[in-house]
Amino acid sequence: MILARVVGNIVATRKDPRLEGYKLLIVKPVAPDGKEESGYVVAVDTVQAGSSELVIVVSGSSARMAEGCKDKPVDASIVGIVDTVSLDKK
Amino acid sequence: MPQLGKVVGRVWATMKNPSLEGQRLLIVQPLTAELKETGKQLICVDSVGAGAGELIYWCRGKEASFPFLPAEVPTEATIVGIVDEVRVKR
Repeated sequence: MILARVVGNIVATRKDPRLEGYKLLIVKPVAPDGKEESGYVVAVDTVQAGSSELVIVVSGSSARMAEGCKDKPVDASIVGIVDTVSLDKK
Repeated sequence: MPQLGKVVGRVWATMKNPSLEGQRLLIVQPLTAELKETGKQLICVDSVGAGAGELIYWCRGKEASFPFLPAEVPTEATIVGIVDEVRVKR
């Protein structure tokens, strides 16, 4: 799983019927130390995440195991809104 | 394929997918067999009770959710063991 920041959302009228009613958000991967990484991911939101929030994104076939994503054509889902990240000192 | 890693931090998330409830989320730095850092840090679900700074091994992919069966936990990276000793023949 990775950390990511919500940077936008996607509106799609014509989509797979199994995706109806689900929010699609654009997230940008973030390293645990807060640095933004390259690239973007479109993820299905399962926790009502909002704009610019730090979230946990699970990818691959495990993304379908999140509650509400069973048997849906999904390979990235937002499964948590991060309260705190703590990194041990080296 | 399990890989070596080191626990370097923690993530807290109150708002999360119900299927992730009760799981500990740890930040892991992947390591080589020589215990050198390699690759990006990632978030793993903990299935063995690993603690801060511990040398662990973790697996990725769909198999990462198998330790929690029959529960379906949406994770593609899970800590599946705490390493006691590493011996590498040169």
